[in-house]
Amino acid sequence: MSLFWIPVLLLIGVFVPLITERFGRTACAFFTMLAPALALTQIAGLLPEVLSGEVLTESLAWIPAVGLTLSMRLDGLGMMFSLLILGIGLLIILYARYYLSEKDAMGRFYAYLILFMTAMLSIVLSNNLLQLWMAWEVTSISSFLLISYWSSKTDSRKGARMALTVTGAGGLALLAGLLIIADIVGSYDLATVLASGDVIREHAMYPVALILVLLGAFTKSAQFPFHFWLPHAMAAPTPVSAYLHSATMVKAGIFLLARMYPVLSGTELWFLTVSLTGLATLLLGAYVALFKHDLKGLLAYSTISHLGLITLLLGMDTKLAAVAAVFHIMNHAIFKASLFMAAGIIDHESGSRDMRKLNGLWRYMPYTATLAMVAAASMAGVPLLNGFLSKEMFFAETLHQVALGSLSWMIPVLATLGGIFSVAYSLRFIHDVFFNGEPIDIPKTPHEPPRYMKIPIEILVTMCLLVGIFPSFMIGSLLQAASSTVLDGQLPEYSLSVWHGFNLPLLMSAIAMAGGLLVYAYRGRLYSFQAQFRETDAKLVFEGVIQAIVRQATAFHEWMANGSLQRYVALLLLLTLVMTASPLMELNSAAGHLPHQPVNGIEITAAILLCISALATVILHRQRMVALITLSVVGLIVSITFARFSAPDLALTQLAVEVVTVILLMLALFFLPQKTKNESSPRRVVRDLGIAAVCGGVIATINYAIITRPFDSISEFFLANSKTGGGGTNVVNVILVDFRGFDTLGEITVLGIAALGIFKLIARMRLAMPSADEKGRAWSEDRHPLILAMISQSLLPLALLVSVYIFLRGHNMPGGGFIAGLVTSVALIQQYIAHGVDWIKPRIKVDYQVLIASGVLIAALTGAGSWLFDKPFLTSWFDYFDIPWIGKIELASAILFDLGVYLTVVGATLLILANLGKLTTRHRPTVEE
Amino acid sequence: MSEHLAILPILIPLFGGLFMLLPPFAGPQKYQYRRVATLVLMLLQIGCSVLLMLQVINQGATFYAVGNWQPPFGIVLFADRLALLLVLLNGILGLGATLYAFAGSDREGKYFHPLLQFQLMGINGAFLTGDLFNLFVFFEVLLIASYALLVHGGGKQKTLANVHYVILNLIGSSLFLFALGTLYGTTGTLNIADMSLRIAQLSAGELVIAKAGGLLLLIVFGLKAAMLPLHFWLPRTYAAAPAAVAALFAIMTKVGIYGIFRVYTVIFGEQAGELAGMVQPWIWPLAFLTITIGAIGALASPNLRHLAANLVIISVGTLLVAFALRTPEATAAGLFYLVHSTLVTGALFLIADMLGQQRGKALDWFVMARKVSQPALLGILFFVAAMTVAGLPPFSGFIGKLVILQSAHSAAEMLWIWPIILIAGLVSIVALSRAGTTLFWRYSGEGDNTQKLSRWQISGAILLLLGSPLMVIFGASVTDYTQAAATQLHGLQGLFEVMNLQGGSK
Repeated sequence: MSLFWIPVLLLIGVFVPLITERFGRTACAFFTMLAPALALTQIAGLLPEVLSGEVLTESLAWIPAVGLTLSMRLDGLGMMFSLLILGIGLLIILYARYYLSEKDAMGRFYAYLILFMTAMLSIVLSNNLLQLWMAWEVTSISSFLLISYWSSKTDSRKGARMALTVTGAGGLALLAGLLIIADIVGSYDLATVLASGDVIREHAMYPVALILVLLGAFTKSAQFPFHFWLPHAMAAPTPVSAYLHSATMVKAGIFLLARMYPVLSGTELWFLTVSLTGLATLLLGAYVALFKHDLKGLLAYSTISHLGLITLLLGMDTKLAAVAAVFHIMNHAIFKASLFMAAGIIDHESGSRDMRKLNGLWRYMPYTATLAMVAAASMAGVPLLNGFLSKEMFFAETLHQVALGSLSWMIPVLATLGGIFSVAYSLRFIHDVFFNGEPIDIPKTPHEPPRYMKIPIEILVTMCLLVGIFPSFMIGSLLQAASSTVLDGQLPEYSLSVWHGFNLPLLMSAIAMAGGLLVYAYRGRLYSFQAQFRETDAKLVFEGVIQAIVRQATAFHEWMANGSLQRYVALLLLLTLVMTASPLMELNSAAGHLPHQPVNGIEITAAILLCISALATVILHRQRMVALITLSVVGLIVSITFARFSAPDLALTQLAVEVVTVILLMLALFFLPQKTKNESSPRRVVRDLGIAAVCGGVIATINYAIITRPFDSISEFFLANSKTGGGGTNVVNVILVDFRGFDTLGEITVLGIAALGIFKLIARMRLAMPSADEKGRAWSEDRHPLILAMISQSLLPLALLVSVYIFLRGHNMPGGGFIAGLVTSVALIQQYIAHGVDWIKPRIKVDYQVLIASGVLIAALTGAGSWLFDKPFLTSWFDYFDIPWIGKIELASAILFDLGVYLTVVGATLLILANLGKLTTRHRPTVEE
Repeated sequence: MSEHLAILPILIPLFGGLFMLLPPFAGPQKYQYRRVATLVLMLLQIGCSVLLMLQVINQGATFYAVGNWQPPFGIVLFADRLALLLVLLNGILGLGATLYAFAGSDREGKYFHPLLQFQLMGINGAFLTGDLFNLFVFFEVLLIASYALLVHGGGKQKTLANVHYVILNLIGSSLFLFALGTLYGTTGTLNIADMSLRIAQLSAGELVIAKAGGLLLLIVFGLKAAMLPLHFWLPRTYAAAPAAVAALFAIMTKVGIYGIFRVYTVIFGEQAGELAGMVQPWIWPLAFLTITIGAIGALASPNLRHLAANLVIISVGTLLVAFALRTPEATAAGLFYLVHSTLVTGALFLIADMLGQQRGKALDWFVMARKVSQPALLGILFFVAAMTVAGLPPFSGFIGKLVILQSAHSAAEMLWIWPIILIAGLVSIVALSRAGTTLFWRYSGEGDNTQKLSRWQISGAILLLLGSPLMVIFGASVTDYTQAAATQLHGLQGLFEVMNLQGGSK
């Protein structure tokens, strides 16, 4: 069967507990165990092949572009880890069945656990660096979920976040490291990478890659100085701790070191970083563990210490040390899992984990106590237990170290020191909890746990003993296979017997035992010494750091994004200035070669008027009505300018737009204060004036530079083809409705949307009508003067006639739908002004919304009409017809298009203006919908 | 119809929006009609984009000469892989947003459905057009529709945010016109491909002016994309917008990014001589600062909407990095990242809204509140979205981040890009884990069971989130596509050939 089945099985297994939860807790646990059990038999079935040295691989292409393949690899190391992960995992499931209470959501717990298991297994079975990394990150995330399982507790949440942040950061470093390695090797394939050790080690980027990978491994396996997250992950339910901190999570870091050992080890840098980190972690963990009053706290630091030990071994760079490391991985997983489970039982059955309260439990739970004591003895390295064997190997290896030069003697000494503390805290675990007097007000009377809760511990403790007594029989071949993977096949000579004769390592063990006893005996003094130091809670420190960062970020953010539109606009314009001014400075002179046109007095006068009125608008902008008048002067002169420079269409349009805009603004100003307060500081006024002036200068320079240079453009084509291709002599109009009719279609859509948007906005408005003007004068009683009504009414047909005329001639003469629409609108608005809404309402029953929609629709349908003739959208058609009485006329599709424009313009203008005007009347729009 | 396919993604929403303003769709009581119509329109748009995409995959990029005026004279639409990827993305995002709105938020003000169609039309037009002025027009369409949609539902917050948004964008539109005038004034053309040819033939003086025009255009796109220091409008606007609209807005910044990719790869690309790659020196620092500010903003966010908005800013910075690298490989990486980040940030806005709905007055603020009444459902949605947006495997964000990292090759590039992107990822993890633990796990009192989510809301959010696993599972196809799209974008010769433009023929 394919290797892929293993993770797939487990992945399916994630959903099993969620589904079977309803059948009861025991059934749920049973069904949950199925998937890992099946996976375990699968793996175990491959044991013979792997033990014979075969490396099983399988791969499936996935995303070749990024180098990601689904690739499985089962070798000795992977086999050892898989057995630990699945084996201990199964025991944890069984244990958790009795550990979790009725209130805990069991399905969710198991689902997280299996998810974690899947990820962990995917790490050790991965044959692709990226796939490995993916699984690595998933372990971080699923452990986050497991640690925060009791999510209503602050401790759980904070502990989980801390673990996620630290391991997450390490994960990102690892990713960078793996990317560099892959870049050096040119492949993400693990087999290729493993075969390229020399290339990698000699590459200039090796140190960077090494440090990054080590960061990933060290954060995950809680090496100093990243160890602080691990004790706080103890907020998790104990089965989780037992799993994460024995065989899995933290071992992922160790696995990575072992996995990359053939590639990254063997250099000075590796030796120094890995061994010194390991040594520091070993000592720190062992020392601190002694002072933890919390059972799980003690075990947590003991875990840190043992992880340090393994790291130190991997950093030692002798082949035997690597073998010892692999051996200790197994042994530690076995005894630590059982110890955590024992601690969980004690907690569960007595209601406390505080060793100052828990005393003399031997009398209450002798059976559990026995199991726990054996496991603890293994942790201490007592002979005939598995812990002893690997520790002996460790001591032996420390003696062979030379890399620290003349200081190398320190390594065995410090290792022995670590051993002493290790014995001391193990002793404490045994003596404080099970002996040492009577329990002191613990919540429950302790008793033995349910039968099945002990089974997992029994199995593990039996393993401790069996491995301890018959090492080569029990795990000899597995250790050989796993070590040979780590050492790339170059296995050193070693012997796995219990007795090696009297030698130095044995002496070190003896010293550790005796020293441990002594330390434990005099622990009172150490406690009082240690009490002088203020204990820092890493969780608080960490949370404090994060919160300080958040505070700083918030302060910075509030300082920067202070909600001032003026600031944002100033920044926008400043950036514009910097960006446009920089190229302009490269230009020697703005003026091009073209000669200037002659100017006359009228033009100069108009230009001066333009400047004055623009300036006046700025200066008078606080008196809004006056500013509006000066602004309209600007518009007027612009229209005249268009007319002067042969753009009658533009002039007409501008003029009509001016009228409509001024009316619109008058209406809007009606609801607003007549004057704006002066809210800008003089400093800001200067700043803004400066920015505005320079911006204007830059834009003017660009304009000047362009118009003084010869210009050669596609407009020639439009001039040449307007009549022949577009059927009109007014090129501007032909451009609007034909050459670039699509733009016009877009723009009338914009106009329509604008009208709808404004209508949507004012439909919600409840504005009070000012009862008097700024000087307190009441409005005139006569709201609709008769003369105005008369005149405007008689003007209406005239105006409509004009607009029809302008519309019709548009294709050949200045005019067109847009201008005609504006003229019509102005005439109609005049009716509103002259007669009031009440008068108009029954007379003009047009729904402006419908007018807009049908206008755009007519234009768009005209465009789509060309599809009938197999032509692209908006292809125009025109022809000339001789009609009796009238003469020869031209009919063009563009007229229809222009009609759409016309209707849209009328509809949009009136929808806005009429409704803005209606705001004060009983006809005001409502928010329906 | 197949020869007209290229224009349909613009015309379908246009006609659809117009019809919804007319009987029998118009009117307060007819909202059910409009919903059905919207659904049909969205499916039509998506179907159309898929068909067009297949056509482009099989037969290469095509152009559509509107009005039958051939390039460089008339307006052309240009359908290539890049444009279609974004059009399809827009359709899917639009579908998700509308489904979400069907739960009732579409009835909180006038014209929601037609405006949404016009919004989609504007965005599709911006992606499809091959003409710089027409791009301006479509920018206007999408902007004006967004102004109107932003105030949907009313309220002070929205109006205030809208004032900022409108004013800044009006300035942006003016700058766009200045830029257009400058570029037209120097190159004498508006067709993007033609401009690319002309720019290489400019005299020294004209070159400088064109450069100023090109940089002005960068401001315009930068403002849309929320590039630093033009990003200030974004958090407030997105946080104030109605959820469905905010979700749709997730693509609005990408329109700016698209503009940058298109214009500065084609017009100021490799062929542009002295002006080749002229904006990169500006983009590099701005991209890094954008990511930094986004990360700071993410840490400082007081609620999930602001957090999502700042994550959008981070994604913008990341995309700018991908652009600044100037290689087809990096462009391909950017495109993958773009699609992923659009979908997931869109989903995040929807999730924030659903959370707010169940947490009483606390809404989505990071404070203790009543318990979320559907924690499992919302929790899974949030969790997937958070992992995706933070770039954690096995979701799309991880591939997105990976491809960007992989496209940095020289040591200098790695030194700059890797730390900033990885650290921004870490900051996202920190911010999101704090957000999630507070929103879901810090509560007092039980949930309000009357506030159940509607099926519409859930399906809208799930639709957008689906992209996250799918883009990983079908990662090979997606990356193949983005690579081909990037090659096509960078292959200017191919563009000139398609458009029949050979060295400035007039």
